[in-house]
Amino acid sequence: MTKYRISKTRFVDQTKTVSFTFDGKLYHGFEGDTLASALLSNGIHLVGRSFKYHRPRGIMSCGSEEPNAICQINDNTDLTEPNVRATEIELYEGLKASSQNCWPSLNFDIGGINNFISPFIPAGFYYKTFMWPKSFWKKIYEPLIRMSAGLGKSPTLPDPDIYDHKHEHCDVLVIGGGISGIISAKIAAKNNLKTILIDDKNVLGGSTIYQNNKNFLIDNKKSSEWLMKEIAELEEIKNLTIKTRTSLAAYHSYNYLLAKENISDHLPLDKKNDSIRQRLWKIRADKVIVAAGAIERPLVFNNNDRPGIILANSVKKYLDFYGVSSGLKNIIFTNNDSAYETALSLFEKGISVKIIDIRKKSTSNIVKNAEELGIQIYWNSTVVNTFGYKKVNSLEIMHLSEDGSNVKGNIIKIECDCLAISGGWTPMVHMHTQSGGKLDFREIDQVFVPNEKNENQINVGSCNGEFELEEIIKNTNNKIKKFLNVNETDFDRLSVLGSKEFEKKNIWLLPNTISEGKTKSFIDFQNDSTAKDIKLALREGFKSIEHVKRYTTTGMATDQGKLSNMHALGIIADTAGVKMGTLGTTTFRPPFTPLTFGALVGRNVGKFFEVIRKTPIHEWHIKHNAKFENVGQWKRAWYYPLNDENLHEAVQRESKAARDSAGILDASTLGKIDIQGTDASEFLNRVYTNAWSKLGIGKCRYGLMLNEDGMVYDDGVTTRLGENHYLMTTTTGGAANVLSKLEDYLQTEWPELDVYLTSVTDHYSTASICGPNSKKILKKLFPDKDFSDEAFPHMSYQSAKIDNAECRIMRISFTGELSYEINIESKYSKSLWESCIIAGEEYKITPYGTETMHLLRAEKGFIIVGQDTDGTMTPIDLQMDWIVSKKKYDFIGKRSLYRSDTIREDRKQLVGLLTDNPNEILEEGAQIVSELGQKPVQMIGHVTSSYFSPNLNKSIALAVVKGGKKMKGQKLFVPMENKNINVTVSDFIFLDKENKRINA
Amino acid sequence: MFIINCPYCGERDQSEFSCGGEAHIVRPKQPTELSDDEWAEYLFMRKNIKGVQFERWNHIHGCRKWFNMIRDTSNDKIHAVYKMGEKPPVI
Ligand SMILES: [Zn+2]
Repeated sequence: MTKYRISKTRFVDQTKTVSFTFDGKLYHGFEGDTLASALLSNGIHLVGRSFKYHRPRGIMSCGSEEPNAICQINDNTDLTEPNVRATEIELYEGLKASSQNCWPSLNFDIGGINNFISPFIPAGFYYKTFMWPKSFWKKIYEPLIRMSAGLGKSPTLPDPDIYDHKHEHCDVLVIGGGISGIISAKIAAKNNLKTILIDDKNVLGGSTIYQNNKNFLIDNKKSSEWLMKEIAELEEIKNLTIKTRTSLAAYHSYNYLLAKENISDHLPLDKKNDSIRQRLWKIRADKVIVAAGAIERPLVFNNNDRPGIILANSVKKYLDFYGVSSGLKNIIFTNNDSAYETALSLFEKGISVKIIDIRKKSTSNIVKNAEELGIQIYWNSTVVNTFGYKKVNSLEIMHLSEDGSNVKGNIIKIECDCLAISGGWTPMVHMHTQSGGKLDFREIDQVFVPNEKNENQINVGSCNGEFELEEIIKNTNNKIKKFLNVNETDFDRLSVLGSKEFEKKNIWLLPNTISEGKTKSFIDFQNDSTAKDIKLALREGFKSIEHVKRYTTTGMATDQGKLSNMHALGIIADTAGVKMGTLGTTTFRPPFTPLTFGALVGRNVGKFFEVIRKTPIHEWHIKHNAKFENVGQWKRAWYYPLNDENLHEAVQRESKAARDSAGILDASTLGKIDIQGTDASEFLNRVYTNAWSKLGIGKCRYGLMLNEDGMVYDDGVTTRLGENHYLMTTTTGGAANVLSKLEDYLQTEWPELDVYLTSVTDHYSTASICGPNSKKILKKLFPDKDFSDEAFPHMSYQSAKIDNAECRIMRISFTGELSYEINIESKYSKSLWESCIIAGEEYKITPYGTETMHLLRAEKGFIIVGQDTDGTMTPIDLQMDWIVSKKKYDFIGKRSLYRSDTIREDRKQLVGLLTDNPNEILEEGAQIVSELGQKPVQMIGHVTSSYFSPNLNKSIALAVVKGGKKMKGQKLFVPMENKNINVTVSDFIFLDKENKRINA
Repeated sequence: MFIINCPYCGERDQSEFSCGGEAHIVRPKQPTELSDDEWAEYLFMRKNIKGVQFERWNHIHGCRKWFNMIRDTSNDKIHAVYKMGEKPPVI
């Protein structure tokens, strides 16, 4: 045993030594320790530096509220993790921990210089410096901030761990395995309710499980022993699931909760194997019982942040649970009775302890007990200063004035090596408020307690503001009986002996003789905000708690203000002279404690990150060296490089082949919607801008779809397959949204229409063959079919068979070439595609990808919705007036086309652009100006599509330009980083304006 | 996350649904006869109430049916769901 490991407990197995390193040095602890308890057992308090002043900081608590003891775990490996609380991580063999936020070392920290210049870095420092001259920022502040900022290092290697998600449903979820949670879970489970009990620790029982004080008896047993027996019984109940090491992360409406279970974090590296590291439980509970407990408050006084200053109940837990004494000369500084339990535990084990109490007296049993034992108590006193740079070594106390607003009398100096502080308790109302619950303020002990309105949730125990044993057991039992509709429980006739606290006193900021400006009374230990900062913020005009919080960064560190929020509120209320209850609290947002990204994403990483859609012809594309691009979830063939071709070279070759002989494109990804019903024609009339009633059976028509605001939404060719039967195509990316939009209109605005919509995108695949030789290839594929212009004209459809499989052939063109699209059931499409390639061999049929498709259509000035439009373009802006029916009474978006804004002449309109140097290719997205040297520069438009056309042997571009319709022939400029490109506005149809090629 | 009682399928998780904004805004039958202001009222103006609100919801990852919901935005309590075309129940 070390000097500080002073006793054996049932929670730490002192026969099993565990070795670990801290800042590179080897230490030993035992199985059952946390990193924090193991460090304390080695006499180590100093574990980090504060964020702003780099003051030495020590372990302050024993749980998730820890602001100081945050470490980097397993640095320089792929398992490294920053910001791990030493108070929560269980010790395992080989654990490597290092302190954070200190350079060059924990013991000599250059950032500590901030501590001495701190008068110059007050609240709002970060915001204020931004206002200062630029030269100050770059030379002085930025290097200073950069050097000192940061909490640990994020991992640079991929996370090798496995994370999991699981859904769970239950009748009752109990959050927290302390005494009230255990009583609740037992009542629920024994009444045949499917119950889950979760607790973030590895051992159930909360703080009662190590409560051996004889002032607290249940059924005449020590409360720890009584609870131990209850827990043993609990483990026998069938319909109860107990999940330890599981912390609640979020509590959403309708009792939907997220909890994170640590599965292998506590295991040594060689025993983790391939097991899952953490599991995120998604729990839907019929009823929720919150028994989340309370967190002890610190006291705010000068230099209250030195290593060795620890929360009183944490000192007790280190002693009674881990067998570790935080110090050998202990002083308890308190405003309430609960810290006397710590004093009695220390005294019983023969460790030196004295008490400083800000109250004038206390008449409770436990205090009487301490007095009888002869423990020295300084009543009506406060600490005014502490000493010791790397660990507290002494302190000074003074008497409080009558009203507690000042100090009086002589300074008494007392030596110590541990100062245990207690400012009372803060109920953990986070869960309650996350679920939408409101809070009430209780004046007597200045706590916020749940205001319970939700019939499917209750709060029991100290998270409900009940702090005394008798009260907790009685109220929990009664409340749960009512909540679960139970008549009788095991706890109805329990005899409980406790200690009642009669005298209460709280001072949010303890007084001092030194002027406030010269004291350092910390509120938020991690972010280094002090009482002085809060007062400064108020003087500078910040009133709302939310603003003060952000300005001073109080409560914004990784502990989310678990220790600091109440003091900030209290000091604001005192300073502003208002009642604390009227201030409200800051919003408690999930997660309650930080979650790993791994737990959030679960299995959805790598190839499971997003759905990948492939066409049935995908394997052929791979075999033929295709490069792919993502279009929504689809993988589309982008280009097919031959030999060492780059994108440009491949696209130039593919484009030329498509215009000179024949090209083939996999168009299977286009959205396809089957439309049937007696009102199908009327429906199309209403959703497209052009007229549909007169479209003959077997004919195809291009349609443009608008939003109700008149802006282009989608486009595509629709074919009339029969009297009441159409096949609509949509853009690849728009397919799902178009179907939803059409369904919306059908179901909500036009329920009288007899129309049925079915997505058939995946059911049919499409091979699109274009080029002057395409007709010959189709003839080879379908020898019985008449492909003459008379029998099978442009914009028409025919059915045909290939190897007995039904095909739909549409003669439509997105390239301006003679072109056919063959649709076939997806299962036959690869075979169809291969037949097309064989039939086209003699014409050197060339597969082309999306890049060539884009180029070919740009040569013809065909728009791509989403590339040349961005949701702010009307058909008139796109110079597509021809497709907007003047005769139709109404269609979606029609009325918006003559709103005052949409008829403006200076809207951005689609134009063509030709570069003065025909070899210069514009960058898509580049801005366009009409004059050079203007200040400020006025952008009048931007380039939407740009290519080098091998068929025209020059660079071409589409662009949208303000008032562009009337600018044909005008010179404009495209300013780039290091040059200006001269361009001329042109027609946006660059090739075959007479449409001769589609009938070639 | 809510539990929503789809009028066609029953109780399902909110993740199966999408919200389509304010309910009972009828598309004008004769848009061409409306002034710019009247059309803008239909097109752009939506209420954003703290309290009881009428909303359109779609069971998008289920039966794909649209329906209406009365929800209190201050506490997310769902007072009623009813089919398109039905009159809102009195709550
Ligand atoms: Zn449904």
